[in-house]
Amino acid sequence: MGKQPAAVVGIGQTHHRAKREDLSMAGLCREAIDRALVDADMSLDDIDAIVVGKAPDLFEGVMMPELFLAESLGAAGKPLLRVHTAGSVGGSTAIVAASLVQSGVHKRVLTVAYEKQSESNAMWALSIPLPFNMPVHAGAGGYFAPHVRSYIRRSGAPTHVGAIVAAKDRNNALKNPYAHLHNEGTTVESVLASTMLWDPIRYDETCPSSDGACAMVIVDEDTAAASPNPAWIHATAMRSESTSAAERDQVNPQASRNAAAHLWKQAGITSPIDEIDMAELYVPFSWFEPMWLESLGFADEGGGWKLTESGETAMTGRIPVNCSGGVLSSNPIGASGMLRFGEAALQVRGAAGEHQIDGARKALGHAYGGGSQFFAMWVVGADKPTS
Amino acid sequence: MNRTLSAPVTVAFDYTRSTGPVVGRFLTGLRDGVLVAGRTSAGEVVVPPLEYDPVTHVQTTDFVEVSPVGTVTSWTWVPEPVAGQPFDRPFAFALVTLDGATRPLFHAVDVASPDEISTGMRVQVRWAAERVGHINDIACFEPLGDESTARPAGGGILEDDLVTGVVTTVSLDYVYAASPEESTFYRGLHEGRLLGQRCPTCDKVYVPPRSACPTDGTPTEGEIELTGEGTITTFCIVNVPFLGQKIAPPYVSAYVLLDGADIALLHLILGVPADEVRMGTRVKAVWKPSEEWTYSLENIDHFAPTGDPDADYDTYKNHL
Repeated sequence: MGKQPAAVVGIGQTHHRAKREDLSMAGLCREAIDRALVDADMSLDDIDAIVVGKAPDLFEGVMMPELFLAESLGAAGKPLLRVHTAGSVGGSTAIVAASLVQSGVHKRVLTVAYEKQSESNAMWALSIPLPFNMPVHAGAGGYFAPHVRSYIRRSGAPTHVGAIVAAKDRNNALKNPYAHLHNEGTTVESVLASTMLWDPIRYDETCPSSDGACAMVIVDEDTAAASPNPAWIHATAMRSESTSAAERDQVNPQASRNAAAHLWKQAGITSPIDEIDMAELYVPFSWFEPMWLESLGFADEGGGWKLTESGETAMTGRIPVNCSGGVLSSNPIGASGMLRFGEAALQVRGAAGEHQIDGARKALGHAYGGGSQFFAMWVVGADKPTS
Repeated sequence: MNRTLSAPVTVAFDYTRSTGPVVGRFLTGLRDGVLVAGRTSAGEVVVPPLEYDPVTHVQTTDFVEVSPVGTVTSWTWVPEPVAGQPFDRPFAFALVTLDGATRPLFHAVDVASPDEISTGMRVQVRWAAERVGHINDIACFEPLGDESTARPAGGGILEDDLVTGVVTTVSLDYVYAASPEESTFYRGLHEGRLLGQRCPTCDKVYVPPRSACPTDGTPTEGEIELTGEGTITTFCIVNVPFLGQKIAPPYVSAYVLLDGADIALLHLILGVPADEVRMGTRVKAVWKPSEEWTYSLENIDHFAPTGDPDADYDTYKNHL
């Protein structure tokens, strides 16, 4: 028996905010889950299994969320799995959920990913000094800024390209009622004028710290028949690599390129920029848009920034990127990957509201995590895959 | 001499939990000296209340007050308490089903020996001297010999000034152990030397050496002494202050590819204005005075420019 068709028929997300002090972690998950179930026209009783993902444990000081969340997630008497791949976890959690349907093990799987950043301090959690080593770590921004500098040097990109991405995503977020940041009037100039935090990364080129969750209902072909607009899963891919191998390419990691090649092959896509209608890429720092455009094959090496600069990644462009506002506008880290996957699915279902790309039939959801170590991506389509 | 070096690490943080309305109601009760239970769709009376009903999945909204007196339904003896437990002397942990509840609550019982506790024993809550809306507002349970001496129940469930958050301190103590290969490197630093090793499979020189080459899994071998001169491959200027930071911003955090090594080290650049640091700048290690040397990369205070011309991009482009 080959892979069974699977589709997303329900998507829910919280209103992402700096602090959701009105909700516990369980409540945060349920806000997303209940919306996904309403969207799917189902109840928790219809669900066969639950797959949960969250941010790295120190980020919120919870090591085994599945233990205390079981009944709140409706998992009593059902299989409950937890997935853990750093910042890409929302993507890989969705892929594990999809695989439970594609393998024929379950028919209706609920997946949820969350983070309550307000309960901790991710910058602290990423910068804990280790004995014998230099205490020069400075959070995610400090980790990625040197690699952004490398990209700029390698590609010859003009230094304002990062600001173009930030201004675009912040303006896209104005069309998304769930987005954390609704910064009216953001322009390339205002981004360039913002404080330099981790040179070359400015404040406005950095993601916020958010509380939020995302949930999806993924079902088999028979169940999907009842949905007016299922998002069919055309391909999924995950790859990992070592953090610190000699001569590892930190700008365009091998695992990212391998995952993309596997993804496009499964989806039968030979020219991503022509065949994908929009992409939700994991861009926590603005420069990662052109970096991932190249790594994923939307542009040749060194050409990603040209797509961004010429406006081709805007909503009116050839390959709209992060119409939802992306990670730059909402970053509940544990959920951010699933939000990318979910936003891609909303687009091909024609359900993305004001940030809908007209006629989107095929979309990419993408996530990465760790020190550009873990990659998760999927292609979803309005049409049932033919093979 | 032990082959490996180790050192203690403490990871501690005060996590600020949002309780939500259900757990918040329970904690509010504790603060007010009231034990708040939740009634489930199946008629169970559970304390603390469940956030969501396990059968109907809806949020718990039916709250009832239960008695501070109850019955031990099971217990275990704690002969050697550890830090953070309710007592620093031996005590019992017990499941106590409070009068009015159908499911037990887990807490400590203050008895001096396991002979003084048994299943079926009656116990009552001993409240903490100061109550703030935390599970520790119940200091413990204590044996109740005579029911007529039981303390009274609370004054009913109040709706005012609900507890919405609680601080949970997590403090983890680790022993961080360096591998034998890394330990050799750190011992070298103690002698003012920078020692790398080569992977016999892929031929790459690792600084610090590795127990397993990330590419091949092979332990690195030999001893390759490096001069402490190298090239900045890439870097960032840290302008942002944050909790736990050890170096006052702004500072330059850079990858330094030591001459002869195939992987860059992350270190601090000083001796040059931050905006004059470049990819390709040639730098050398500036060691602290030898009397300050430990077994750490911090023995190198920082890297400073040598003043030599920048390295050619081609010499480090494969290390980005």
